[in-house]
Amino acid sequence: MRFLFKTNYDQDIRLFQHTGHVWTYAALLAVMIVAPLFISQYLQSQLVFVFIYAIVGVALMILTGFTGQGSLGHAAFLAIGAYTAAYMQSKGFVFWQYFLVAGALTGVVGAIVGFPALRLHGIYLLIATISFAFIVEEVLARWESVTHGNEGMRVGALNLFGLPMSRNSDYFYYLCLGVLTLVMIGALNLMRSPTGRAFIAIRDSETAAKSMGINLSAYKVKAFAISAAITGLAGALYAHKMSFISPEMFTLLLSIEFIMVIIIGGAIGLHGAVLGAIFIVMIDPLLTTLKDDLPVVFSSLAGTFGASGATAAKVKETVAAIGSAAGLKGAIYGLIIVLFIIFEPYGLYGRWLKIKLYFQMFPMYKKATFKRQKTYVKTERNR
Amino acid sequence: MKTEAPASGPFFKVDGISLQFGGLKAVDNVSFEVDKGEIFTIIGPNGAGKTSIFNLISRLYEPTSGRLLFEGRDITKVPPHKIAAMGIARTFQNIELFENASLLQNLLVGRHCHTRTQLWQEILFIPEVRWAEKEHRMKCEEVIEFLDLQAYRDKLIAGLPYGVRKVTEVARALCSEPKLILLDEPSSGLNVEETTDMSFWIRDIKNDLGITVLMVEHDMSLVNRVSDRVLALNYGKVMAMGTPKEVQSHPDVVAAYLGV
Repeated sequence: MRFLFKTNYDQDIRLFQHTGHVWTYAALLAVMIVAPLFISQYLQSQLVFVFIYAIVGVALMILTGFTGQGSLGHAAFLAIGAYTAAYMQSKGFVFWQYFLVAGALTGVVGAIVGFPALRLHGIYLLIATISFAFIVEEVLARWESVTHGNEGMRVGALNLFGLPMSRNSDYFYYLCLGVLTLVMIGALNLMRSPTGRAFIAIRDSETAAKSMGINLSAYKVKAFAISAAITGLAGALYAHKMSFISPEMFTLLLSIEFIMVIIIGGAIGLHGAVLGAIFIVMIDPLLTTLKDDLPVVFSSLAGTFGASGATAAKVKETVAAIGSAAGLKGAIYGLIIVLFIIFEPYGLYGRWLKIKLYFQMFPMYKKATFKRQKTYVKTERNR
Repeated sequence: MKTEAPASGPFFKVDGISLQFGGLKAVDNVSFEVDKGEIFTIIGPNGAGKTSIFNLISRLYEPTSGRLLFEGRDITKVPPHKIAAMGIARTFQNIELFENASLLQNLLVGRHCHTRTQLWQEILFIPEVRWAEKEHRMKCEEVIEFLDLQAYRDKLIAGLPYGVRKVTEVARALCSEPKLILLDEPSSGLNVEETTDMSFWIRDIKNDLGITVLMVEHDMSLVNRVSDRVLALNYGKVMAMGTPKEVQSHPDVVAAYLGV
């Protein structure tokens, strides 16, 4: 067990709690930097998606994890960022210009969406953000002079200060890694400042936050704006990664995937955003593999248990039919969310903390350490 | 303490304030004045409107009529988040701490009304932010030392015992460097020893920090020990006001409490 002996205030304020952390994170960054030399093109592409999802994860972590305002509209923010980038690129702007404008514009839209949050709580706010997402989807499909409607938009290759970056190049990988790192540092800075503490205060008790001098409306709007702006940046990168964008890419399912990122990763810290992003990006190829392999596995299992050739073929057919049933992905996602909320509400990061604590405390670890207590919201009436 | 209070008028004045929920008059034309540097206690049976008065003062409730005057300024229309910056801090009867944050973070939120840094400065964490943070820390450490909370500094509130949480509420209020502190039942749920500690601290808040205390309390021994003046309330109306002795021997108060 490590005990930190604190001798000055800087120890609480600085980014890394002790030198051990500096080394581990430096090592992680070094691994990510040299990784393109060793991994396959496919894995590198998947990692770029992990970075983009992690950026959105950080955005959602600030809004939902820290400020306690749920959102199912982040696919729409991503879409606004992506379309801003695509449109401005087609008008001849260069990357850094439309990258920043995508962030700023999405931030402004986020602030506007944040206003209903002043009056709405919990599930009602979620519904408001869903309707916002549908409005955006509809606008993208209809506003053909700008978005080309359902035909979608082609996004040209990225060119940063004269350096061409195709969507599968190492440069693009480094660009996404760099943006993710900067966004995370910005988020960490925010969370160790008064604004970050105000966010946490709003999440835990709005009444007390108000009495401590926190302007609820200003801070909720700020949280929405920051979260949307970060998602807008991710959207610009996403547009380049996909190289083609159309309205049906930014559906409710994508918003749910983003919520899954923080639920599965664990809405208790920025680590959760990255772990959740890895999980979400990697589960898709995993499900595809299962879909291809499971029918064969089941039919051979049936064969082993003495079923006739015809029955085995029927089993194979049935499993394949179930595997390709429409909406199965959504059902599996739903099941994963439910299981995580019931059995591991702190997500993968929480599980990691528990395992770490188990070894730190060994053999004194107490199972009840993380047991949830039933608490009651006392302030509903003062809202 | 800053002495910018205008000479005219009392330190804090509640002027004929009423609060009506539908047909129920929770607070009915209550008036009282609190002098600078005194401990003023509001007592009364359950549902008498004591906490409602606190919620009116911290502007969580909108009064039906009446005025609140703090240092000669009318605060009846001030939005709730500006009350702390004016120098009025409060605690809550049913602890309203930020459960999933450390004790220190809770106290730092108490410093929020003294925050001057801008959002972009915080995202970049420029040196000004760091200096400001250190100053906030310094003030919080003073309060931690004052209330003996050193052992719990980095603990999550969710894991702290009730008594410590109660003290943390007071600490968070003190961190905003108030001129007037509202304590809503500071001793409820505390054992005898903790209540005694609390009574010493309340006296220290007044004597050492020079902060005026307005308090709601049920524990009469605590009230007698610390209060300079007491106001008894029943059904939203003022029954009696005066020294603890006077109020307790007032026939209406005796009747309200014993039901004769």
